Amino acid sequence: MNHAYEISHLLAGVMLVTSFALLYQQRVAAVLNTFAAQSIALALAVAWAAWSQDRPDLFITALIALTLKGIVIPVALHRTVARLGIHREVEKVVGVGVALMVGLALTGLAQALLFKVTHGTASHAREELALALSIILMGFLMMIVRRNAVTQIVGFMSMENGLILAATGARGMPLVVEVSVAFSVLIALFVFAVFVFRIRERFDTIDIEALDRMRGDRR
Amino acid sequence: MPELYVSGAALGALAVAAAVATLVRGPALAFVYPLTALAAMALGIVDLRVLLGGGELTVWLPIGLPDIGLHLRLDALSAFFGIVINGGVLAASVYGMGFDRAKELTPRVEPLFPLFAATMNLVLIADDAYAFLFSWELMSLASWALVVARHTDPESRRAGYLYLIMAAIGTSALLFSFGGLAGPAGGYGFDTIRAHPPGPLVAALVLAAALVGCGSKGGLIPLHAWLPLAHPAAPSHVSALMSGVMTKVAIYGFVRIAFDLLGPPAWWWALPPIVLGAVTAVLGLLYAVFDRDLKRVLAYSTIENVGVIFVALGLALAFRANGQEGAAAVAMAAALLHVLNHSWFKSLLFLGAGAVLHATGRRDLEGLGGLIHRMPRTAAFFLVGALAISALPPLNGFVSEWLLFQAVIAAPALPQAALHFASPAIGAMLALAAALAAACFVRVYGIAFLGRPRSIEAARAHEVPMVQQIAMGGLALLCIAGGLFGSVLAAMIAPVLRDLVGSVLPNSGSGPTAFSLIAFDPERSIYDAPVIAFFVAIASLTTLLVVHRLSARRTRLGPAWDCGFPDPSPATQYTASSFAQPLRRVYGAVVFAARETVVMPPPGDARPAQFSVVLIDYAWRVLYAAPSRAVVRLSERLNALQFLSIRRYLVLMFAALVILLSIAVVTI
Repeated sequence: MNHAYEISHLLAGVMLVTSFALLYQQRVAAVLNTFAAQSIALALAVAWAAWSQDRPDLFITALIALTLKGIVIPVALHRTVARLGIHREVEKVVGVGVALMVGLALTGLAQALLFKVTHGTASHAREELALALSIILMGFLMMIVRRNAVTQIVGFMSMENGLILAATGARGMPLVVEVSVAFSVLIALFVFAVFVFRIRERFDTIDIEALDRMRGDRR
Repeated sequence: MPELYVSGAALGALAVAAAVATLVRGPALAFVYPLTALAAMALGIVDLRVLLGGGELTVWLPIGLPDIGLHLRLDALSAFFGIVINGGVLAASVYGMGFDRAKELTPRVEPLFPLFAATMNLVLIADDAYAFLFSWELMSLASWALVVARHTDPESRRAGYLYLIMAAIGTSALLFSFGGLAGPAGGYGFDTIRAHPPGPLVAALVLAAALVGCGSKGGLIPLHAWLPLAHPAAPSHVSALMSGVMTKVAIYGFVRIAFDLLGPPAWWWALPPIVLGAVTAVLGLLYAVFDRDLKRVLAYSTIENVGVIFVALGLALAFRANGQEGAAAVAMAAALLHVLNHSWFKSLLFLGAGAVLHATGRRDLEGLGGLIHRMPRTAAFFLVGALAISALPPLNGFVSEWLLFQAVIAAPALPQAALHFASPAIGAMLALAAALAAACFVRVYGIAFLGRPRSIEAARAHEVPMVQQIAMGGLALLCIAGGLFGSVLAAMIAPVLRDLVGSVLPNSGSGPTAFSLIAFDPERSIYDAPVIAFFVAIASLTTLLVVHRLSARRTRLGPAWDCGFPDPSPATQYTASSFAQPLRRVYGAVVFAARETVVMPPPGDARPAQFSVVLIDYAWRVLYAAPSRAVVRLSERLNALQFLSIRRYLVLMFAALVILLSIAVVTI
């Protein structure tokens, strides 16, 4: 059974690596592709958990992750970007180096916290949870170091990937919760998308700093 | 248990009266006062029976929070304070019966009056923290609404605003206090709290919070600023209730927490109430001496009396912590009797001030004068109150002050160095306060009632209706009787003393006469009021007779001695400010940075010379104005946070999350 955990750790590690990759991508298309890769890794991790833990309901979660996040959302966002003809460059707030350093620090923080909190419990779940928390924090970081609305959506989705990874790692989360989380994320995506279109229509850009200029209260 | 039904019916009647009074208008509102008087009488009789007969009443009502409900309990302590409160309510209601039905009844005062009376009673009988805080807050709100009854006056609005803030601070401090008492298990019933006294650190916090909560309601300096504004702003019979009675509820709260719920005391608990009380006593009267508004002077004097009571309570804590139960009983008796006495004479004085206000329309001392000719009865009653509050024998104020000084004199026997050395200073400050009180009330009485009228309104004043005279006369009689028979009152509060400090005053029967009040033993500390009253009466009658005879024999006619009265204008009399000037010179320069300026126009200039005095209230400047400015400045800075971009909000959230996680890493 030992290799079951090694494989699940491997897949979670792949997700973490893609999180780092998301932070240094320069172009919107590359960001979307990386996100798709992360989602596929998530689907594989969940499927592996379903098989190794003998929990067939998790296959549904894996399927949702694969179709929605691995295929539908990246394709939809690709088409949106193409339709809107927006900048292919991603506007950054801080440099890539700084972002990566912060990401590294966050990963360390997540490991330190989880290893302390779960001290004395089974080791495999601890590592999985620590990786998941790192992915969540990196998604959040992605949302604040980028100005582009599309990359903010991707950051949000990436956080959600981390959440699902944590949920499959922690045994006993019912399918209903996972499904509802997935659907709430889907709805959030729609809201985001509508906003992006609105912003684009009004300002000819999806740089969210434009919203501030429109409000005109501070600079 | 007929008492239970009587008090329940009386409280119910007060609630119904409040509800009905919100529905009716005009002269129909007059029903409130007789009904409140009856209810107060019924409640007072129940309290008296419980106090004298021993035992206690308990009842549990399924109202309020689930599983907690409403625990009510009337023990000796509650019964004693109930007598204080219902006596004040009775006098104020009788006074209210004299209001002019057409002009003086307003739908802003009458519905709240019985509610205020009922909530004060509820605070006393509450037996769990929830009931206590709920009724306490209701009492604050009812009195606040009465303060802002004349809301068209900006002064009233300001007073109400300040009062609301201070009441909120006080209640939150009490909430904190009861939270500490309940402990982590969350037992909010008083019996649970009593069974599990907190540890020393928690006890210190609870005591500090109780001092803030009850001190702010009672007017302990530096939490006093609202009181001289709010008490006078209410209608006079409500002022009498707030000053004479509601401050006693605050003292009840402190006694309940410090002596009953908090368990056996440590000696250092005594220091904060003693020090704050002594400072409050002196400063309160210094404020009073310099103020020119009749009702505000009385309110400041209330602050002084609350300070005196807190000193007595502190001494009782110190004696009890050291196992000196006899001395603790003396100090506690001083505190309780002063509570009772102050409720009588302060209510009397406020009703008198109300009568003056009603007759002249003025509260400003500089506009009064000569009222003794036009309002002879009010003047006589006010004089009794002024003598009583100045603690002159044989009136009731002297009884409690005498007991207090007995306790202060016994304090050097305490083993702790801090108390040992503080006690002479405390005694000196109390003596100073007593002297200042006498000066203050000589000034008030002399300026308002003696001399010649300083305004047309004062010259046209008229006596108040008979029923209001009865209210004042009853209180004046109580002041005299309480002075003559202080030993009887001391015997009545014996059950309270036994509950709180475990000892009582020596039996008055062991003294030379039946009404001797004995503090420690009949050899060295004894006050025999009837005997002293007898000698005072003989001495004054003899003096009167001799002066009358001698002066009558030497009557002669001649030019009026005009020194000081060169012309008949009333402006040549002493004014309230000029009477206070010597004291202002001595104390004002230090305490209030008083500065006097004289503007003397050059010869030939027709302008009048001007004399002005500037007093600075440091307590206000440092403890109220500065924090409020800081809060305003801080909120202006923080206001910028309302206008950030989405990304910046996300950064804030992210930073908060990371910081919390880091704290978790470090601390776990």
